[in-house]
Amino acid sequence: MKSFFLKQRYLIDFTLSSLLRRSGKNIGLLLVYTLIVFMLASVMLFTHALRNEAGHVLAESPEIILQRMIAGRHDLIPGGYLEKIGQVRGVMEKHGRLWGYFFDPAIKANYTLMVPRDRSLGEGEIVVGAGIARTRGVGIGDILSFRSADSRTFSFRVMDILQSDSELVSSDLILLSEAQFRDFFGIPEGFYTDLVLRVRNPKELRTIAEKLTLKLPDTRPILRDEIMRTYDSIFSWRQGIVFILMAGAILAFVIFAWDKASGLSAEERKEIGILKAIGWETADVIRMKFWEGFIISISAFLLGYLLAYLHVFYASAGLFESVLKGWAVLYPEFQPIPYIDGLQVATLFFFTVFPYTVATIIPIWRAAITDPDTVMR
Amino acid sequence: MQTIKLEQVKKIFHQGRPNEFCAIHGIDLTIEPHYTTVLKGPSGSGKTTLLSMIGCLSRPTSGRITIGGDMLSGLPERFMTEIRRKTFGFIFKQFNLIKGLTVLENVMLPAYPLAPNHAALKQHALQLLDQFGLVSKATLNVEFLSGGEAQRTAICRAMINDPEILIADEPTANLDTKLSREFMALIQQLVDQGTTVILTSHDPEVYESPVIDRVVEMRDGLLESL
Amino acid sequence: MHMRKSDLFLISLVFACILVAVTFVDAHWRVLNAGSHLDGMAQMVRQLELTDLSLFTEARYTRHLSQADYHTAFQDHPLAIEHFPSGSLIHPPQLLQGTDEVIFPETALPD
Repeated sequence: MKSFFLKQRYLIDFTLSSLLRRSGKNIGLLLVYTLIVFMLASVMLFTHALRNEAGHVLAESPEIILQRMIAGRHDLIPGGYLEKIGQVRGVMEKHGRLWGYFFDPAIKANYTLMVPRDRSLGEGEIVVGAGIARTRGVGIGDILSFRSADSRTFSFRVMDILQSDSELVSSDLILLSEAQFRDFFGIPEGFYTDLVLRVRNPKELRTIAEKLTLKLPDTRPILRDEIMRTYDSIFSWRQGIVFILMAGAILAFVIFAWDKASGLSAEERKEIGILKAIGWETADVIRMKFWEGFIISISAFLLGYLLAYLHVFYASAGLFESVLKGWAVLYPEFQPIPYIDGLQVATLFFFTVFPYTVATIIPIWRAAITDPDTVMR
Repeated sequence: MQTIKLEQVKKIFHQGRPNEFCAIHGIDLTIEPHYTTVLKGPSGSGKTTLLSMIGCLSRPTSGRITIGGDMLSGLPERFMTEIRRKTFGFIFKQFNLIKGLTVLENVMLPAYPLAPNHAALKQHALQLLDQFGLVSKATLNVEFLSGGEAQRTAICRAMINDPEILIADEPTANLDTKLSREFMALIQQLVDQGTTVILTSHDPEVYESPVIDRVVEMRDGLLESL
Repeated sequence: MHMRKSDLFLISLVFACILVAVTFVDAHWRVLNAGSHLDGMAQMVRQLELTDLSLFTEARYTRHLSQADYHTAFQDHPLAIEHFPSGSLIHPPQLLQGTDEVIFPETALPD
């Protein structure tokens, strides 16, 4: 056993000396490899963490939301629908929700205006999300002016700013009173954006939703499960785009690495001949080549993963900001909570280290079994 | 010390194919320990082929080779390699040092698969380099060596596993007269230490050297006269 | 006395592996400590009855993904056309490309 380790150390000695001979090329290869692992690992860590966080947080969203559809579009729902629903077993609470969008031409950003049920705001009073406060540069006590649906100017005093560590869900919110909301958007009394139903037992959700669609055929119930599933798949979709964009780069790298790893130059062949002639076995040569592939790929994996961890969980995934931000002006500032999936990391390890190592060993096989007397000829 | 015996040794390359070519036509030869033997002959006479079979680098097509009574011809590759690295040290025509590695690394290389203690191996390598006046070059990459230095490095590498038999294939082919004489003087040193030496050469500096005990002349894959 | 290359490599390898282990410990620790932060957000979601993350605010079907109609992406923001695969075949309207032309100047407020 001890001699096994001694031998591996000798083989690593030789491999490193041999790699350092073409240090420029090999370090370049290592850097590109590391960069690719870094990108893959960043996407993986970021989406996994965000998906987990969304799952945790959105588990508290309403069990059922009822939207009214007119001609295929989401429309205001009359308050009378609450009575029409009547008594449905399992529904603890039901009420109308008021929210909508406002485009602020001053900074070309979209806000979400919402009537809160947990606090009462007076006339001309608003609470804004931290993203708005940052982008508009306002603080508590400042005034924000908006032009309403019927072209009147509303001036609102900022009473409070929503706590900044909840930006992920609240960065673009403006909270205001029901009366102000109706006045600002011109929504008549008795109409709501949608209805919210709170249900005691989640197992009854399906049956309740079925009853609702029977009672109110022009509505669409949205279940909390669907919300959660939406967020699960949206990050897969985003992840998918990044993977597609990267696929070309990865493919190019694979071709390059394959060529580099598998193409044996005449010089390398000669070297293997020399090694065999001076007493190395075929197995020693193959082990040495294994180390060559392993050293490069494990280094790339470890470096890439560590950099990705720092990037995502200590630098707020700064490189992805522009991708995620898209056309939006408001972007929440947030530090993802580092949920790591060990299996995912293990998968990344397998797919980065294994193929490259194999690609280095396979072509060596034929060269390694050549007769040692070739150097004499 | 062991006697090497060759009995009816034949070597045919590319057997059964149109370019079949018989390099050695059946040779009987005994090489006694502690002798310095040179296989002399023009190029194409089969001396290198014979040398590589003696050195366990290749197998005869037919016939037997024994070292100290042990049959070599039928052994599997792994055992051949083991015997080769325990018994023989090699010096090749073009030295065949591995470029990009230092002198010291090149010298230590044959011992790597045996995995000896690293400090001891390094000590041994430095001792050899000292003996052949190369200590100052130990950390230099081999491509910066002169012809003579490369030759001496090759000798050190051949001697790192303390072989009983040193095999050298046309060792002076790339050296001028002065360096060739120096080389033979170094061989003398090794002979004095008790090493058996087998060389091939058609260089008179080698086969007329006082170091040589026995000259075996070859032509067209056969021994010419004894 | 020079250090052997293999030792240098193996030491770095062990060091990097320790760092990887540290990331797991760090992650675990930060997840444990994120409890109050998560609870705060969850509470806000519950009280304000929020349904979505405010990650993508450019169009309503991206801001409120879960509330969007099945197929109304087109009505919201023509520049966000890439939501559907057809986005790779059709360009956004000329109107919205390039210039920041203000169509209804009266909607813009002096700040």
